[in-house]
Amino acid sequence: MAEFLYLYRGGQRGATPQESEQIMQKWMNWFKELTASGNVKDGGQPLEAEGKVVKDNGRTVTDGPFAEAKDLVGGYTLIEAPNLERAAELAKGCPVLERGGAVEVRPIMQLDM
Amino acid sequence: MNPSDHLFRHEAGRMVAALTRVFGMQNLELAEDVVQDAFCRALEVWKLRGVPDNPRAWLMKTARNRALDVLRRERTARTFAPEYGRLLHTEWTASQAVREVFESTDVPDDQLRMMFSCCTGRLPEAAQVMLVLALVGGFGVREIAAAFVSPHAAVEKRLSRAKRTLKESGPLFDVADAADFANRLPAVQRALYLIFSEGYHGASATEVVRADLCHEAIRLTSLLVEHPLAATPSTQALLALMYLDAARLAGRLDPSGNLTSLFDQDRRRWDRAMIAQGIAWLEHSATGSALTRYHVEAAIAAVHASAPSIETTDWAAIVALYDMLMRIAPSPIVALNRAIAVAQVDGAQRGLEAIDAIAQRQRLEAYPFYYAARAELELRRQNDAVARQHFERALAFARNSIEQRFFENRLATLAAQPSPT
Repeated sequence: MAEFLYLYRGGQRGATPQESEQIMQKWMNWFKELTASGNVKDGGQPLEAEGKVVKDNGRTVTDGPFAEAKDLVGGYTLIEAPNLERAAELAKGCPVLERGGAVEVRPIMQLDM
Repeated sequence: MNPSDHLFRHEAGRMVAALTRVFGMQNLELAEDVVQDAFCRALEVWKLRGVPDNPRAWLMKTARNRALDVLRRERTARTFAPEYGRLLHTEWTASQAVREVFESTDVPDDQLRMMFSCCTGRLPEAAQVMLVLALVGGFGVREIAAAFVSPHAAVEKRLSRAKRTLKESGPLFDVADAADFANRLPAVQRALYLIFSEGYHGASATEVVRADLCHEAIRLTSLLVEHPLAATPSTQALLALMYLDAARLAGRLDPSGNLTSLFDQDRRRWDRAMIAQGIAWLEHSATGSALTRYHVEAAIAAVHASAPSIETTDWAAIVALYDMLMRIAPSPIVALNRAIAVAQVDGAQRGLEAIDAIAQRQRLEAYPFYYAARAELELRRQNDAVARQHFERALAFARNSIEQRFFENRLATLAAQPSPT
């Protein structure tokens, strides 16, 4: 088993409370499936759109990630899967895809030093 | 509290049961705290803004939000119920998971789980009963203390000890396991029966407290009888018994609040709808081979409830039923009631002989109605002086002001009648 990070990018939020609840229900169902199949290492968390970016060796602090809406990271989950192909396959059930978003699947690097 | 006492109590039971499913039995107090907080909040807000249109929904939403706050604060420090644990650890699903539990249609199952958990063999019956009242019925310590005529501090101590045992006795009871369910069912029935009896025969002076206990026992037994595994003939008989007895609660006090014996009750005040329910359940229960004490007690109650008067009551049938009950569940109280029925059929002399023959009669020594029964029979034999002595003993053992007044009235009537000798 290897570990992978899902980064959820883009995807429209619900326009109404009802729509938001429907979306959350889909996430719930998807998580239940992934949990039941033993693929969730850590559910991770959703992320707010705003924040701050610290760079230039700490000299510059700017507001917001300033990414295009479609590239904005909306949350993450730590997944366990046998290999990258399987991890990508599992990501196909993610509700963010239905809302124009994407799941970036990244293997956790093992640093053997 | 306020007019929404009943709402609070019922919702408290529901919500503690639901939240325990989320938090796990090991976090029982956390579930109770959340519900308590939600109620305190409701009292504050409702005092200012008035009771909302849908107070139940308001309470649920408040408790849900409060539960989420607690989950967020505690999720690294505690483990929650295994089936929800992972879903509660992430914001992706936590709020939806809590919402799901609160809005799920198996709310009765939540309460059954809790009820079955409370009735663990690791706790004495009295403690099981208190836990069911506190955790499923939503009764506060004050109400339980009033129901059992016990000091507040003693009840509080007893409850907290029982909760500790409950937490240590593992996860919530699994109501889906048919074998475990069948094993635990008699204990649950027994606890509900005791709650009902405490209401019906108990010592509390406050009729409201007693009626509350009876109604709570009926509510919980109704939940039980709706569950396919619990809907056994014995559960149905238990529910029949409760309906048939509770139907006559209103007749026990006359309009001025005086206790009235079965012999003098105004039967028009009995609740016909409840009697009909009781009879219907009794008919349902008449399947299978098991004849339980609940069947027999319900049958006795049915004879009383369907008789238009004392004179037209089928006392011979009642004696036969008490004989049966003495074989299944003998006790001095059952024997005493049997003796009273014997007196109706064969006269006061036979009744008194039956009383004298009661095994372990000493267990009735502090029971005021033991002396009252003797007194009434002596009175029928014109032994007024002996009757008076017995009524005086009954008065000495009266458990509350209503019983006291009842025996005083009997003594007063006796004094007013000139002795025939």
